[in-house]
Amino acid sequence: MKKIHYVSFLVLMCVGWSCNDQQFLDKDPTNILTNDKVWQSPNLVLTVLVDLYDRYPEVQSTEKWVEYANFDEAFASSAGEYYRHKNQEYNYDWWNYWDYGYLREMNLFIQKCSEATQLDEASKKRFLAEARYLRASFYFEEVKRMGGVPLILEPLQYDFSGDPAYLQYARAKESEIYDFVLSEMEAIKNDLPSDPNIKSRATKGLALATEARAALYAGSIARYGVNTPQVSLPGGEVGIEAGKAAAYFQRSLKASEELIALGQYSLYLKKPTDLADNFASLFTDKSNNAEAIFVKDFKLKSGKTTDWTIINQPRSIAEEQQGGRLNPSLNLVQSFEKLDNTFAPYSYTEAGGGNRYFSNPLELFAGRDARLAGTVILPGSQFKSKTVDIWAGYQLANNTVISGDNFGARKVLPGKTTEEQVVGFDGPIDGLEFSAQTGFYVRKYQDPTVGSGQLGTRSEVWWIRYRYAEVLLNAAEAAFELGQNAKAAGYLNQVRKRAGFTKDLLAAEVTFDRLVHERKVELAFENHILWDMKRWRLAHVVWNGNATDLTTQPGVATETSTRIFGLWPYKVYAPGMEQNGKWIFKKIIPSNVTNPHRFRLGNYYSFINEEIRSNNPKIVKNPNQ
Amino acid sequence: MKKYLFLLLMGGLITSCKLDNYEPPASELSGRIVYKGEPIGVEYNNVTFELWEPGWGKKGPITVNVDQNGSYAAILFDGDYKLIIPSYQGPFKSIRNAETQSDTVQIPLRGSRTLDLEVLPYYMIRNATFTGGEKKVSAQFSIEKIITDASARNIEEVALYISKTAFVDVRTNIASQVIKGADLKTMNGLQMQVTVPTMTPAQNFVFARIKLKVSGVEDPIFSAIQKVTY
Repeated sequence: MKKIHYVSFLVLMCVGWSCNDQQFLDKDPTNILTNDKVWQSPNLVLTVLVDLYDRYPEVQSTEKWVEYANFDEAFASSAGEYYRHKNQEYNYDWWNYWDYGYLREMNLFIQKCSEATQLDEASKKRFLAEARYLRASFYFEEVKRMGGVPLILEPLQYDFSGDPAYLQYARAKESEIYDFVLSEMEAIKNDLPSDPNIKSRATKGLALATEARAALYAGSIARYGVNTPQVSLPGGEVGIEAGKAAAYFQRSLKASEELIALGQYSLYLKKPTDLADNFASLFTDKSNNAEAIFVKDFKLKSGKTTDWTIINQPRSIAEEQQGGRLNPSLNLVQSFEKLDNTFAPYSYTEAGGGNRYFSNPLELFAGRDARLAGTVILPGSQFKSKTVDIWAGYQLANNTVISGDNFGARKVLPGKTTEEQVVGFDGPIDGLEFSAQTGFYVRKYQDPTVGSGQLGTRSEVWWIRYRYAEVLLNAAEAAFELGQNAKAAGYLNQVRKRAGFTKDLLAAEVTFDRLVHERKVELAFENHILWDMKRWRLAHVVWNGNATDLTTQPGVATETSTRIFGLWPYKVYAPGMEQNGKWIFKKIIPSNVTNPHRFRLGNYYSFINEEIRSNNPKIVKNPNQ
Repeated sequence: MKKYLFLLLMGGLITSCKLDNYEPPASELSGRIVYKGEPIGVEYNNVTFELWEPGWGKKGPITVNVDQNGSYAAILFDGDYKLIIPSYQGPFKSIRNAETQSDTVQIPLRGSRTLDLEVLPYYMIRNATFTGGEKKVSAQFSIEKIITDASARNIEEVALYISKTAFVDVRTNIASQVIKGADLKTMNGLQMQVTVPTMTPAQNFVFARIKLKVSGVEDPIFSAIQKVTY
């Protein structure tokens, strides 16, 4: 018996020795990829990079529809969002952004990628350039929202010494951050592929487009900052000296022209016979779209889809029991010019004050910029080949209105015995969510394919961050600011021709107000309005807190526009009279728009919270807060 | 037996709260923003100053709002506070404090106290009187320029606002008359008038006050609010 014990003990000891302890305990994990593994394979590096692309910062996008309702462009027809039209002021910390965790990961990526030895040179160069592009975009976003921020270009490591002072960086000047973005774009543009078919990753065209945009922003802050001397800090963290304006504009124009000269991009013009439809398709057509420069792409059945169409589809033809949330304002709708290059509010009343009568609601909007019908679903127009049903009720001969309080409500009209529909299936019904409470729905980015409005399917329409038309407008603005009006007119007219204008603007007709207006209508709902109004220092002028009536001069850049107005169509019910069955319009203000917007000087640069400033006493507070 | 246990538990619950609770702050610091004893009217929720209490781990001010009539109030713990009016707040400049030789004011707080903060406004609106009648509200007033040295500023605009409620400024007015600074011919005996629009529900009174906006200063200065019957 004892023998058996000895033998088995011996066997056990042998087994115990025979395995190499080092190998036995030091196993590669099977559930995560280690650094060494990742930096061997370009495919794995790409998966890391994709995460960085996915965190690209934005305020407004098709994934954040409600952010479009903060200003004067659109009304949020959704029960939980009416507060946006009841607020008087924007909080100082609105739009703030301080994502240094994201920055650290980009810095780590750049560090590890430059140290990687097993990647081929070509992919390494491209990865590095892409990460640097994203890092510069991060700083561009920071400077737009916060002003100058600490410029950190390497991953910081804490040494646990108890004194973090060496990690506390002061804010760089606003101009220094812009300069950094511009120099990065120059440095990486030739490392990026010069291929216009790459849309969702960085390309040479994108680097140039970003450079043009950033330089233009910096230039206009330098030029128009003089109008708001209080919006500046003594250390230059906020505000750029006026003397630098010209150099920035030159840089912007140069970058735009370099991109134009590449000849790779052009304005989308696949449907030259129907320019409004063409303009709408520009945003939804993903095959050979030569206008898109940088997009966030979506794909059906991949888990990465967008619900913009579900949220905003006209309620009458919706594929779900919802839609119609974003309602463009009359403020925006009346900004679209007449085709003879003049501005005018809609003439829905006669000179004497009575109503004008239309046999079709679209008549009122005829003869306007084609981008109007491409951006907005107008009453009487079509979406997904079905006519929307926007009408607020019947107006009788004695001017009383018969309407209902639900989609397509039914009532008995005077002189009749049976019930019939007295309000559109799209409303407008005041205070009823999903109805077109301003009389309009948004069309831009709405996916015309069947199923795009279903919760189970969703949509794969991309979100365009940079497109060629903006580059042309950037070039026009930079040229104008440099006094080259003829050149500015040339670029402006290219964009305007695509919108259906047959008469070119002359060099003398290019004014600051023209440029402001052109961006407003071309780039509506594309995440531009806030940054544009900020850099021109117009935000506190246009959104000044005055409860004024709708302006009658939509072409003037400084006109107050603090409240959202709507325009409701009515059918006339007056049997036996000439007007019976015709349409009239009434200007309204939705009852949920209770207060005018007020953009205070402290809103120009967002609030850096106390936690951040307390952790790093070198961070100075933004002005006027 | 069970009943006694239950009572005992309840008693424990009720009395135990006292042990770990702090007393709420009870000292009130209140007062007005004044120029030579006269309060300075401002917009509600838009003019603030900061109280700092040194000695704590993280830094962060207690922000105190100034009301429309220039008054303020804050309930605080006893302690030594430093008060500062940030330079971009209010239509005035803070006066150099003799004790601290800066714009900081030391406030030792031991129980409630009242403290009027003396500041230097750019302008003052003097002798504003309002009269109503025949669906109109008219105002007479004068303007006195207080800061006349190198840091003096011009008037951007003067306005008469009327409002349904006692909140009267650019945000809440129902009618206004605005005179741009360049069109101001005199500083004395100014007259302004607005027509009262129809209100639902109807009321036979409105609240009125005069605004003066100094160019290059965000916060305007106001006269006192007055209820006017018309």
